[in-house]
Amino acid sequence: MNEERILLAHGSGGKLSHDLIENIFLKAFYNPILSPLSDQAVFASPAGRLAMTTDSYVVNPIFFPGGDIGKLAVCGTVNDLAVGGAMPLYMSVSFIIEEGMPVEDLKKIVRSMADAAKSCGVTIVTGDTKVVEKGKGDNIFINTTGVGVVKDGINLSPSFIRPGDAVIVSGTIGDHGMAILKERGGFDIPVVSDCAPLHELVRDILSTDAGIRAMRDPTRGGLATILNEFADSSGHAILIEEEKIPVKEAVKGACELLGFDPLYLANEGKIVVVTSKDSSERVLDAMRKNPLGNNAAIIGSILEGSVTGGGVNSPARPRVLLTTAFGNTRVVEKLTGEQLPRIC
Amino acid sequence: MCLGIPGRVVEIKGENAKVDVGGAERKVSLSLLEDASVGDYVIVHAGFAIQKVNEKEALQAIKLFDGFAGKGK
Amino acid sequence: MKYIDEFRKKEPARALFKEIEAISKKEATIMEICGTHTHSISKYGIRGNMPKNLKLISGPGCPVCVTSQSDINRIVEFSRREKAAIIATFGDMLMVPGSFSSLEKERARGADIRVVYSALDTITIAKENPRKEVVFYAVGFETTAPTVAATVVAAKKMNLKNFSIVSLHKLTPPAMRALVASGNINIDGFIAPGHVTSIIGAKSYSFLSNEYNLPCVVAGFEPLDCIYGIYMLVRQINEGRHDIEIEYKRVVTWEGNKKAQAVVNEVFEAADAGWRGIGNIPGSGLRVREGFSDFDCEKRFDMGKGESAEDDLKGCACGMVLKGLVAPPDCVLFRTVCRPESPKGPCMVSSEGTCAAYYKYEAGDFLRSGAYE
Repeated sequence: MNEERILLAHGSGGKLSHDLIENIFLKAFYNPILSPLSDQAVFASPAGRLAMTTDSYVVNPIFFPGGDIGKLAVCGTVNDLAVGGAMPLYMSVSFIIEEGMPVEDLKKIVRSMADAAKSCGVTIVTGDTKVVEKGKGDNIFINTTGVGVVKDGINLSPSFIRPGDAVIVSGTIGDHGMAILKERGGFDIPVVSDCAPLHELVRDILSTDAGIRAMRDPTRGGLATILNEFADSSGHAILIEEEKIPVKEAVKGACELLGFDPLYLANEGKIVVVTSKDSSERVLDAMRKNPLGNNAAIIGSILEGSVTGGGVNSPARPRVLLTTAFGNTRVVEKLTGEQLPRIC
Repeated sequence: MCLGIPGRVVEIKGENAKVDVGGAERKVSLSLLEDASVGDYVIVHAGFAIQKVNEKEALQAIKLFDGFAGKGK
Repeated sequence: MKYIDEFRKKEPARALFKEIEAISKKEATIMEICGTHTHSISKYGIRGNMPKNLKLISGPGCPVCVTSQSDINRIVEFSRREKAAIIATFGDMLMVPGSFSSLEKERARGADIRVVYSALDTITIAKENPRKEVVFYAVGFETTAPTVAATVVAAKKMNLKNFSIVSLHKLTPPAMRALVASGNINIDGFIAPGHVTSIIGAKSYSFLSNEYNLPCVVAGFEPLDCIYGIYMLVRQINEGRHDIEIEYKRVVTWEGNKKAQAVVNEVFEAADAGWRGIGNIPGSGLRVREGFSDFDCEKRFDMGKGESAEDDLKGCACGMVLKGLVAPPDCVLFRTVCRPESPKGPCMVSSEGTCAAYYKYEAGDFLRSGAYE
């Protein structure tokens, strides 16, 4: 490929499209299922229950400390499968590229995806490419579908959550959110995105054979939003302790400066697990032995019954409560809208 | 209306400084202060240092509050 | 984090709550007039630990909330009309519902509206876009005004030709005076905003003591600062004193920051301004001086008067909340229809707003029952 930048013709299905696919995508992702470059990928169906997920990646900036949109796309897809107890197997990748995107950037992103896929043991088996006019796309959007298989005996769902269960988080929160904000300018912290594939950490957790109820990865909306989802889906309230939640000092400092709350910042390499009380220490141990779970901590527990909140007019619903480092207990709501930097 | 955070001045270049809060650094304008030196603590608001922290007063306040802590038990 | 964590310790707080309980013998109402105080008091559960005879109310302390509906309409309309301009604003303003639209909605319709963290960011935008007009909606009290003034001075030095501001700045002491003089609200003392006062100096509140026999304590924003500030004020009220005291001594002085005051005076002059819920307060706003009219959006463009509108949308009690006459739970829209994701008024939209603070942190009965203490 001689071009420096992606042209509209690269998406039109003709010679340039073919060159792009051969020289960039196939070269990086090469495997026997993909190589015929058919309109579909055909493969033997694995034994067991299938899990499928889909996601779109539109992060801006596309390169950030600790990763890029490509690595994010692969890890994010793998993680959505993993937290359901699925072993990730196959992925599709769809690119929507803005006319004018530097080819070098695309190559870097594709290289990232290939590396991430290899380290996850997931195969990219089919794909698609479109190019839109300059100004109609933000550099590059990536859509994926992931397919995995769930072993017999693995059953995870918030409906299994019981009062007394423990809530564990696998490590420090807010790293990815802060890395993105840092890249957008204004401040500096020695923190990079935690973007990582979590399937092996999940395997370690499940191998303890303990009473694992449910797992989620707290991406957009942060820890607070995931906990609210658990509360709503399970019908039980949750109490967490601020002092137990792992947060890097520099993330705390940046949050103070900008008026953000780490509970609502995005993560791309963390899991929240709910387990039975009896098994919590065992699960914690297993997590800590994995490099992605070094800073795992039990942060709270599931409460008896749902807790109605608000005054006369507020509909009853289970709540997430936080006992602050200061000693008071308050409600933690889901994230609404965007977190915007406060000045006032 | 006054989100202002105390941070330590770690570098000064002309009217601008780098201020550190717990390991996070931000570029901040010193144009509203008479003077500032590396090592000073300043209150940061909307990208400006608006006042220096009087460390003697700060330590006295901390001592006062710690004194109350003893009584709280 | 130094000079932050030390003021968030829980043990001194417990003792201080007991002290306040012990000395508070009179029924009293104290008002804080700063969104950051409202936020802290809710976030750290301070309200729930006050003695029964002490009422803590919030005043017009949120700069976005006190911006009048006609000003909101004016700036929203301007951003809709001037599609070629780049509008810069602090984050909170984006979602405030005007009578017909909001900045967020206009952005979705194609207006180039950007959120900035500092007024200085706007100069960078102006330098990078020399062929476009860049307008900054300058909102904030006396803490923020110097940062905007310094920015305008810098713009003049750089000879920037495409930069201007809309000054929506408001001043704190005139608002306090208006509230007290109105006689509508029973206030026994004020907690004054620490960072505003670090600029204007504690002397700015002398009129409260001299003319109205009201005590005032300038407090910081960490929970121990808030609680100790309340303690100092309650002590004054119960001892029958009306002095101006400083809790936040590590940052606030009697005279304030003279350099910051000077730059504000260089660029701005006091002018009458309309406040949501209160109406016109003489000398309570800042207007750009003649010498800087090149940087005054109102002089460069015809911004109109803004659709005159009732300050508050039907049922919304923002105006009353801002005067401290009503607490958010008493507003019929609170939590039912008015929520952060569907705000009916600025008090819920702005992160400094009283309704937002109550919604986010004060969930009522079950917490007070002590079940989870």
